[in-house]
Amino acid sequence: MLIKALTRTRQKGSMSLTDWLSYGFLFLGVVLMFGPALWLGASSLKTKTALQEFPPSFLPMGQKEVRVAGRDTALPAYLITQPDGSSRELALSRRIGLVGFFIDPAQPVAEPVQLRMDQARPVREIALAWDNYTEPLERMRFDRFLGNSLFVTITATLLTLLVNSMCAFALSKYSFRGRNAIFVLVLSTLMVPVSVILIPSFLVITSLGLTNSLWGVILPPVATPTGVFLLRQYMLTIPDELIDAARMDGASEWRIYWRIIMPLAVPALAVLGIFSVMWRWNDFLWPLIVLNREEVFTLQLGLASFQGELDTQWHYLLAMTVMTLAPVVLIFLFLQKYITTGIASTGLK
Amino acid sequence: MKRLKSYNTDPWPARAYGFVMQAVEPFFSALQRRIGIKGMAYIFVAPNLIFFGLFVALPMALNVWYALSGSNRLLIQERPFIGLDNFRDLLDCESFLEVNSCRQDRFWRAVHNSVFFVALQVSVMVLLSVVAALLLNGKIRGRGFFRAVFFFPVLLSPVVVALIWKWTLQPDGLLNALIVWSGGERIAFLHNASWSFFWTVFVSVWSHMGFYTLILLAGLQAIPHELYEAAEIDGTSARRTFWRITMPLLLPTLLVVLILSLIRGVQAFEEVFILTGGGPGTATQYIVQYIYETAFANQVHLLGLAAAASLLVAVALMLLTLMQLRISYHGKDK
Repeated sequence: MLIKALTRTRQKGSMSLTDWLSYGFLFLGVVLMFGPALWLGASSLKTKTALQEFPPSFLPMGQKEVRVAGRDTALPAYLITQPDGSSRELALSRRIGLVGFFIDPAQPVAEPVQLRMDQARPVREIALAWDNYTEPLERMRFDRFLGNSLFVTITATLLTLLVNSMCAFALSKYSFRGRNAIFVLVLSTLMVPVSVILIPSFLVITSLGLTNSLWGVILPPVATPTGVFLLRQYMLTIPDELIDAARMDGASEWRIYWRIIMPLAVPALAVLGIFSVMWRWNDFLWPLIVLNREEVFTLQLGLASFQGELDTQWHYLLAMTVMTLAPVVLIFLFLQKYITTGIASTGLK
Repeated sequence: MKRLKSYNTDPWPARAYGFVMQAVEPFFSALQRRIGIKGMAYIFVAPNLIFFGLFVALPMALNVWYALSGSNRLLIQERPFIGLDNFRDLLDCESFLEVNSCRQDRFWRAVHNSVFFVALQVSVMVLLSVVAALLLNGKIRGRGFFRAVFFFPVLLSPVVVALIWKWTLQPDGLLNALIVWSGGERIAFLHNASWSFFWTVFVSVWSHMGFYTLILLAGLQAIPHELYEAAEIDGTSARRTFWRITMPLLLPTLLVVLILSLIRGVQAFEEVFILTGGGPGTATQYIVQYIYETAFANQVHLLGLAAAASLLVAVALMLLTLMQLRISYHGKDK
């Protein structure tokens, strides 16, 4: 029964119990996968006070505020039920204990209406707190973190593409002593995750004077075995005749590399480029060790240190989280095919 | 050759690329005249090998020295050789099953936590990935959408993943709102040891499942269609088709997925570090966090002890990787 549900070929128009089960699983998956992320997005636009409400509302709602002539600040709006059953919207001008004094915004000079607070209902409307996004960027160094992340991501990706494509070119198009040894060596680094060599890598970075420098984050993972493997496999499919012809025309090896091989390897380079962007943008453990000063923090480190503070300012934190995940989601939306085929063909993330 | 001529009308990245590459060409041409075509091959692999040597090979060798030396100094010449003391220290237990009988109880606590975590996380994740892959491989409506939904958390950074769930799980969060709405009591999820453990497993399944689903999907699609058509002609039952065709042919992929997820599971750190910080207490402190804190975050930096622990982890990972290579090699043989 279960197996039938999982493997059945479905016909149009008929929904059996097994179909319902499988759609049930998938929809549950959608809720679990998307729900929390959507919730984060919706929450990121709430004001600080709206975030403290419990139970929370899904949409970013806040109390409506009205401007009244002769007042400096906007006043909160309440809906008041009048003795005749009709209701009208008034602004709370002043409050003493349980009693509120309400005025009509249309008639600011008229005598305030005196009412118990529990007889008035706050007027709620959708209030989008865009300040959550602008303020951390302007005042809390998140502009700096964003800049650092962009610099690391772009520089590291360009370097990764250059260094790995050169190596892949040599490994796929030349026969020289030690070629196979080098290829095996490169592949064997797959077994050495960064978490296993944290301490000595830190020593190397310290000896090079690269602690608290973005270059200390950029350089160590540049030679990726994934990249060499991916590019080499692709370059093997480029016919050698092209290279021989170019040599006969007097092209130098470097020219063959950048004028012939690289343009032809663009699909594989694109896959590696997308991966590199995501690795670097999302990187956390290594930057955590190399970077200790706030001015060199990347976005991920900024978020992590911001959430670790005693009095977490969630309204800013949520907005910055959305900003951090937005580029990755955009890349995914536009380049999904590259990413999925890249993973499926190499088995590597 | 048409392609080459069109460079002038190419977009600016292509022109910038051409400009830079052409600018360094005289240097490489001169180099080639001196060392010949064969020599150029070494020039092409050199940058990669320098990075590899400096940031992978050298650290690997140094790690052994750290593990065999004492004191809290970072510079190797200041560290006295103490032989296997660090390993002896780590392995000094009356019983490996009783954490409190060990000298380094924090290490063994982390090992125990990691073992439970990996066992639970890997089995749940592989099972769910197989189910998801089978469903997404079928003829269902909105297949592309469902695939994207299951896959997208893979791309999120561990920090973002942890914050998404921290926000959902906090006392005033969405989940507690749903619990209260359905008549329950609020739960402080991340202040309770069992709940914290559960959520670290859940969140890491949530964020990595799509990756394994994708690999399994590729494995399913590699199964030749003719087999299913033949089974259908023969009137084979769905159950039999599944156990006799799908499962045996998916098995190599399944084993790769199993071992890859074991390797990744042992290294779990980032999401957990942000989500629970290893807490409450040390309830969700896993092995990589132990290494990180022993080496960098605690008051006294016990680099030797941490290096020894990381070597033990490296050995475990190496065994798992060798198993994986063996299996994928066998898979290709068939």
